[in-house]
Amino acid sequence: MSMLARTLGRSLLQAAAVRQLHLSAALNAEGAYNANRTTCTLIPGDGVGPELVYSLQEVFKAANVPVDFEAYFLSEINQVLSAKLEDVVASIQKNKVCIKGILATPDYSNEGELQTLNMKLRNELDLYANVVHVRSLPGVKTRHTNIDTVIIREQTEGEYSALEHESVPGIVECLKIVTAKKSMRIAKFAFDYATKNNRKKVTAVHKANIMKLGDGLFLRSCEEISKLYPRIEFDKMIVDNTTMQMVSNPNQFDVMVTPNLYGAIVDNLASGLVGGAGVVAGASYSADAVVFEPGARHTFAQAVGKNLANPTAMLLCGTKLLRHINLPTYSEVIQNAINQVLKDGKVRTKDLGGQSTTQDFTRAVIANLH
Amino acid sequence: MAARFIQKIVNTTPAASRGYASSGKKVTLIPGDGIGPEISAAVQKIFTAASVPIEWEAVDVTPVRGPDGRFGIPQAAIDSVNTNKIGLKGPLMTPVGKGHRSLNLALRKEFNLYANVRPCRSLEGYKTLYDNVDVVTIRENTEGEYSGIEHEIIDGVVQSIKLITEEASKRVAEYAFQYAKNNNRKKVTVVHKANIMRMSDGLFLRCVRDMAQKFPEIQFEERYLDTVCLNMVQNPAKYDVLVMPNLYGDILSDMCAGLVGGLGLTPSGNMGLNGALFESVHGTAPDIAGKDLANPTALLLSAVMMLRHMELNSHADKIERAAFETIKEGKYLTGDLGGRAKCSEFTNEICAKL
Repeated sequence: MSMLARTLGRSLLQAAAVRQLHLSAALNAEGAYNANRTTCTLIPGDGVGPELVYSLQEVFKAANVPVDFEAYFLSEINQVLSAKLEDVVASIQKNKVCIKGILATPDYSNEGELQTLNMKLRNELDLYANVVHVRSLPGVKTRHTNIDTVIIREQTEGEYSALEHESVPGIVECLKIVTAKKSMRIAKFAFDYATKNNRKKVTAVHKANIMKLGDGLFLRSCEEISKLYPRIEFDKMIVDNTTMQMVSNPNQFDVMVTPNLYGAIVDNLASGLVGGAGVVAGASYSADAVVFEPGARHTFAQAVGKNLANPTAMLLCGTKLLRHINLPTYSEVIQNAINQVLKDGKVRTKDLGGQSTTQDFTRAVIANLH
Repeated sequence: MAARFIQKIVNTTPAASRGYASSGKKVTLIPGDGIGPEISAAVQKIFTAASVPIEWEAVDVTPVRGPDGRFGIPQAAIDSVNTNKIGLKGPLMTPVGKGHRSLNLALRKEFNLYANVRPCRSLEGYKTLYDNVDVVTIRENTEGEYSGIEHEIIDGVVQSIKLITEEASKRVAEYAFQYAKNNNRKKVTVVHKANIMRMSDGLFLRCVRDMAQKFPEIQFEERYLDTVCLNMVQNPAKYDVLVMPNLYGDILSDMCAGLVGGLGLTPSGNMGLNGALFESVHGTAPDIAGKDLANPTALLLSAVMMLRHMELNSHADKIERAAFETIKEGKYLTGDLGGRAKCSEFTNEICAKL
């Protein structure tokens, strides 16, 4: 319950935290330069991550955004160069905000480690809620139009618990853990989000018809929390039906709340509907820190160094960051520039059917900053 | 194994060439609940019109109380499928509430149905936002997330066990590649999440990988579940045959059905050690039951799949062509496809085209 109370006050606290952040930044400042500037941890990630982050930094520089980055190279596939997880965690805990590219997760580990670096980071910081706002973008041609759905995913337990063992050779058990505490917490987060953002409906995605205890607990928790929010409609849907509805009639969804794995599925599916992994931003929240990262997690490793990845998702992460640290004007300027470039359609990266490079796109956004 | 056994039976049945219904091979028919009886009747009518050399043996699977006091499938139904080795099933209602085992699950267990096959193909005449979809999902059907092993460790903490075994993984992998080969498919994609579940999905992945080496003529690729979800809605033509563990198969097969117009249009087959069961996977639609409004396409196409399985290919092709043409013409479409025709009118039109 204490956890719930904490979440309840979270949105209020967040605003306070931001103010505090500015205050502390100002106190620490020796000269005028540091006054009112925000420090943000930066994890470029694997694959095209560094290229996308560079694009974001260029745009921030051009817009004179008062944000400084504290960069850490964190990687599971390149452990020699990788920073220590503790340092990165400490930095995020200090700064409360982070921009992160995607970390590649290999499907083996030399040490037999079952937890991926992503899981460790999320567990260390308790980044329990992943929020992906999937929206049809201006000028991006897709099959479906007017999509506007928020997917809220629990990401500290469920299938991603990394508890596996081989009972006898050839037979593996993998545990999926669902707890009432964390289910309640994410349900509360979803309803709070819906309230704050004037959303009408929250849909819980589950498979309680098969996993009667595990997903049943998740579903019951959502039902219980929904009673506290009489003004928001509550709906539940089985995950396979959800994917089917999503490809045939995606406009019926408003806010969705999901356990871990189903969230990954729905996030990616929904991103596919609005233009792919290159255009959807996401954010992971803990009680006091936020990590902004692209919504569909793909490293796009085959494009490394080719200068052809779409930086839109990362730039949108940047605008979310600016809104979060209470710099709405900067956020708006960059958001408008991105929208303008997409709408004009002259500069398009390959994923949206164009021939432009990452750099072209970045320059076009910078040219539209005003 | 089962396929080989059935092949043997079919080969020794001379009826295949004779063409009158009464002397054909017996097939168990489970009409099901809700709209089940209507659409089963429609399929029977079409089969008679096409003079398919099989004989139906309709059984009732309404749960009865067994000697152990639990409700289950009547022994007669089990015996029928066990002798005939092949069955066609309409939608079954799973009673909600405790104590009842899902009948679908019971049938699956009883006949060791280890692989679920769902071909999804765009139908001409029924326009959706996705064209040229032609994928087959093959799903491991006996274990994984649906093992049903769950317990509450302490109050508010539940642990569900996903079970992956080498035996079951190899079995479904072999079936997938064999299916691809038999049906002139080019590529098999294994869908997994071994980056997160390194041991369990890792085992499944390794089994499919090993099997791929035995079928060098079939192209093989490995993809993460989330990547497939993302790419499937952007460009379904990227995929051909997909093989995966239970839950992923459940989700992806329904999603693919969504791409081509829903569960009312997609057939499904279950391959097992003790027989094969073909079914329509849509619901029982109690709201339109008995009103002659249901669309029998899914069950009909499942029956066509069954004929192919029995190597009655010419009959299968004939019926499939008639059904596709009727849908393409669009004169007699049922309500779910945006038409106004009744189930019987749709059925009659297909019969007329045979």
